[in-house]
Amino acid sequence: MSNLNLTPNIDCPDDFYAELLAIHDGLSGEASSALNARLVLVLANHIGDRAVLSDALKAATLK
Amino acid sequence: MNKIFEVPLYPYKRNPDQDALTPARHKVVVIGAGPIGLGAAIEMAQQGIEVVIVDDNDKVSFGSRAICFAKRPLEILDRLGCGHVMAEKGVEWDVGKVFFDDRQVYEFNLQPESGHEFPAFINLQQYYFEEYLVNRVHELQAAGAPIEIRGRNKVSAIGTHPTHVVLELDTPEGSYNLEADWLIACDGANSPTRSMLGLDFVGRVFEDNFLIADVIMEADFPTERWFWFDPPFNRGQSALLHKQPDNVWRIDLQLGWDIDKEREKRPENVVPRLKAMLGEEVKFDLEWVSIYTFQCRRMEDFRHGRVLFAGDAAHQVSPFGARGANSGLQDTDNLGWKLGMVINDLAPDSLLDSYNSERIHGADENILNSTRSTDFITPKSDMSRLLRDAVLDLSEHFDFARPLVNSGRLSVPCTYDGSELNSADALNGPSRTRPGSPCPDVRLEDGYLLPKLGGKFTLLTIDAEAPEMVEEDGITVTRLALSTGNDPTSPLKQRYLGDATSAVYLIRPDQHVAARRPGFDENMFRAAIRRATGKE
Repeated sequence: MSNLNLTPNIDCPDDFYAELLAIHDGLSGEASSALNARLVLVLANHIGDRAVLSDALKAATLK
Repeated sequence: MNKIFEVPLYPYKRNPDQDALTPARHKVVVIGAGPIGLGAAIEMAQQGIEVVIVDDNDKVSFGSRAICFAKRPLEILDRLGCGHVMAEKGVEWDVGKVFFDDRQVYEFNLQPESGHEFPAFINLQQYYFEEYLVNRVHELQAAGAPIEIRGRNKVSAIGTHPTHVVLELDTPEGSYNLEADWLIACDGANSPTRSMLGLDFVGRVFEDNFLIADVIMEADFPTERWFWFDPPFNRGQSALLHKQPDNVWRIDLQLGWDIDKEREKRPENVVPRLKAMLGEEVKFDLEWVSIYTFQCRRMEDFRHGRVLFAGDAAHQVSPFGARGANSGLQDTDNLGWKLGMVINDLAPDSLLDSYNSERIHGADENILNSTRSTDFITPKSDMSRLLRDAVLDLSEHFDFARPLVNSGRLSVPCTYDGSELNSADALNGPSRTRPGSPCPDVRLEDGYLLPKLGGKFTLLTIDAEAPEMVEEDGITVTRLALSTGNDPTSPLKQRYLGDATSAVYLIRPDQHVAARRPGFDENMFRAAIRRATGKE
């Protein structure tokens, strides 16, 4: 297992969540999906570590 | 229309085998006078091994077909005596532009590394490529080499035996039989040889059609590779524009799966598509139009006894990345020296099994890369398209997304990691020259490295001592002594020494590294030679 952090790690989680919702305000389903796709890619690049990314992909599948 | 398509380059001529009472026996017969078959035959002839090429046609390829040739095949062609003529005629390019929707999202420069004799890529129509190879065959013939091309000799039956292969050939004057010690099948993606032998060809079919057109125009587009994702002139699809010699431009337009091919090929349907792309004011002539679909697949084995498959007959990839003809020439480069040694009793028959394992390794790498390119260019699901478009949108703004854009991962030679011919790496040297790697070229004071390696086993010493010649069980290895001259920035040091201060490399006739150590050790290198020739 890599050092993928699956414990709480975001300061002021409610603020972050509100900000995440806000960027989707007024967007169509398609535009929102595109935005999420871009966000995934931006975050993935920031992480960079291939092992962490692989574990994150697995974690997201909830399997 | 270019006359080169119409002139028979190797017209049918009656040959003595047709009148023989018993079938004539040849050392090597090559089926197919395309780029790979011609390359294979020239390779054998240069080794002095008698070879006959048979082809059901007598002309070069119709239309440009394979147009993009990479550095490694040019290096191989140089050894076959026609690298320079190709590089001089070809169009060199290194800038690529990527467009998405109605805008350019970024451009890249391949910026080829310095110190190589040949460019990273050239564009050259397949008909020129074949013409130069046929010229080389004629040049070898004139010099007395045992090579012959038989046009309009179509193989209609094959019989395989433990010691030879029997072929039945149909000609305009009836059929005849001949025998071959070895058969190299280079008869393309629809290989009749493969079908006649009942062999598999398994893989993935891509349900898509591409219109490809050669257009002659005086246009001031720069010599660059332009690739469009979802452009206004071809909505939801892709497009490619690439320059070839003689003001011929190659245009590839993705059409989708559910189309009427015959209808789409008609000029009255093609011309409006091209005008939408090039602009109404641009004047052009259509030279050649074709529609292709493709598959990514390979044979389970490239060797079947005395029949060896090479090029598209053995493996097929999508066109993205120019990995078809380029990898086919690497097949024959790998096969030629091994077959030569087996024929000359210098190596066991089992050496040819390493052709199978090494080139399957290469084919799998090419299939993987070209399949990934295809999945990016033609997304197969809504989410695949959404992520693809996200990558393209981001690439316009941020560098990080550009490596994810995949409009074709251009052909590079594969490293035979894990090959049974490699000896364990004993040098703390650069990864790019580890055992199994193709030797990168280096500019030396008196020319380039690769031509000095040639097509034989070489002991390359860099700031190290070694005998001028080592002979091991019939294999002669000659030394090439080089020095970095204490220049730490020297490409020779960067590419072959890294942190090491000296090195001795054993290099195979196909210019791949077989073994390397900091210094010469007789027992170790003798073992490495045996290993590289299938004797350990």
